[in-house]
Amino acid sequence: MITLDNIHKSFGDNHVLRGVDLHVARGTSMVIIGGSGTGKSITIKTILGLVAPETGTITVDGQDVSKTGDRDAFLARFGMLFQGAALFDSLPVWQNVAFRLLRGSLARPKAEAHEIAIEKLRRVGLTPDVADRLPAELSGGMQKRVGLARAIAAEPEIIFFDEPTTGLDPIMAGVINDLIREIVTEMGATTMTITHDMTSVRTIADNVAMLHGGKIRWTGPVSDIDAATDPYVDQFIHGRAEGPIETVR
Amino acid sequence: MNWIAALGRATLGLLAAIGRVAMFFGTAVTHLLWPPFYPRELALSLLNIGWLSLPVVGLTAIFTGGALALQIYAGGARFNAEAVVPQIVAIGMVRELGPVLVGLMIAARVTSSIAAEIATMKVTEQIDALVTLSTHPMKYLTVPRVLAATLVVPLLVAVGDVIGIFGGYAVATGTLGFNAAAYIQNTVDFLQMRDITSSLVKGAVFGCIAALMGCYFGMNSGRGAQGVGRATKGSVEAAAVLILAANFVLTGVFFSV
Repeated sequence: MITLDNIHKSFGDNHVLRGVDLHVARGTSMVIIGGSGTGKSITIKTILGLVAPETGTITVDGQDVSKTGDRDAFLARFGMLFQGAALFDSLPVWQNVAFRLLRGSLARPKAEAHEIAIEKLRRVGLTPDVADRLPAELSGGMQKRVGLARAIAAEPEIIFFDEPTTGLDPIMAGVINDLIREIVTEMGATTMTITHDMTSVRTIADNVAMLHGGKIRWTGPVSDIDAATDPYVDQFIHGRAEGPIETVR
Repeated sequence: MNWIAALGRATLGLLAAIGRVAMFFGTAVTHLLWPPFYPRELALSLLNIGWLSLPVVGLTAIFTGGALALQIYAGGARFNAEAVVPQIVAIGMVRELGPVLVGLMIAARVTSSIAAEIATMKVTEQIDALVTLSTHPMKYLTVPRVLAATLVVPLLVAVGDVIGIFGGYAVATGTLGFNAAAYIQNTVDFLQMRDITSSLVKGAVFGCIAALMGCYFGMNSGRGAQGVGRATKGSVEAAAVLILAANFVLTGVFFSV
């Protein structure tokens, strides 16, 4: 469904992506792992058009994303949970969740959008009394859940999760991981998740790809990761300081 | 020869910056003309920039008008021209001090606030989130703010002019012994339509500059708290300098003989 072919991206002298090749099949959950600063978030942002790659092609259902005429319709297929939730400070929680449903091609009447927002908040384990609060009044875990509710509000075909458990305590991280897995299964969505949390990997992933040195070093089913012979994967999944991955980056 | 190269680099940098701001403004105008429109954002911006700026504008104007009356009276006394206080306060407030001071206060209050808000949104990925939610940041963030400031700052300038003149009136009639009715009559008789028009046009241009600089620096901010700080500082500096430069140009356009 999503194919990245030889993607390159630099920021000044920093050549972040050096030929990323990756395929994500429809209805599967791909988790990208890798150290900090290896370009995982940039990879996802190139698919959404937030960052333009210098070379290479990205296709979604065979269509080159750089040639999509109707950007609104293209983006309506995606949902994204950002690392810091990226909730809009000035809007109450329910309007954050229903943001896409209140404007653009997926706009619904306000009452209906509100109802959907409440339902999605319930789906991520938040009570309706949260709906009228501002994001700043919520804890980090609650903000992540609101971000998750916003990502699924319009029931997109493709959902991206950027470090969904970063900054959360282990219990809340477990809750978020389970929620993502449940939602992905029940919605049948195609998902890409970025994380360096191996618990998340084992809970969320169907397939795993490891990004290192600007390239995909290893990819395969999550069930194969423990048996992977790649020394980079081995070091990463066991969290060892010694190995081919430099600890000073 | 190094200084020539440095001068050349600085000139090229300045021209590039002017070009980037001009392109930013052009893009904002393009988005202003085509739907979707965001009336709620426009209404909020009108409230924030207009209504909520009234106290600071009013206080600035009343003290300036009062001080102006005292200065003109003291200066005029040197050549027996104390009687011109109403006329000079009126022309000084309406033509220059009203629009410029309101513009600078808006740059301090609104430009900084817009730049800090948008820069923070950028740093916390809220701008990226807008894009993924099929909402163009230019249309949703920049257009309502620039349009609101362009529409509402002339009204603030008009209010500032009136309050400034009232400040002069209060000082002149309260402490300098002017007759109240004569003061008002002199003020009204002396002001021309061109004075008022120039004041309002300056207000619109200054409002546009103030909001545009806030949005431009916010959208182009660097990372982290330092990036937000730099964007805020840069936006206020740029807005203040551009407002004063635009004031010089507009004064030339309206009043050069």
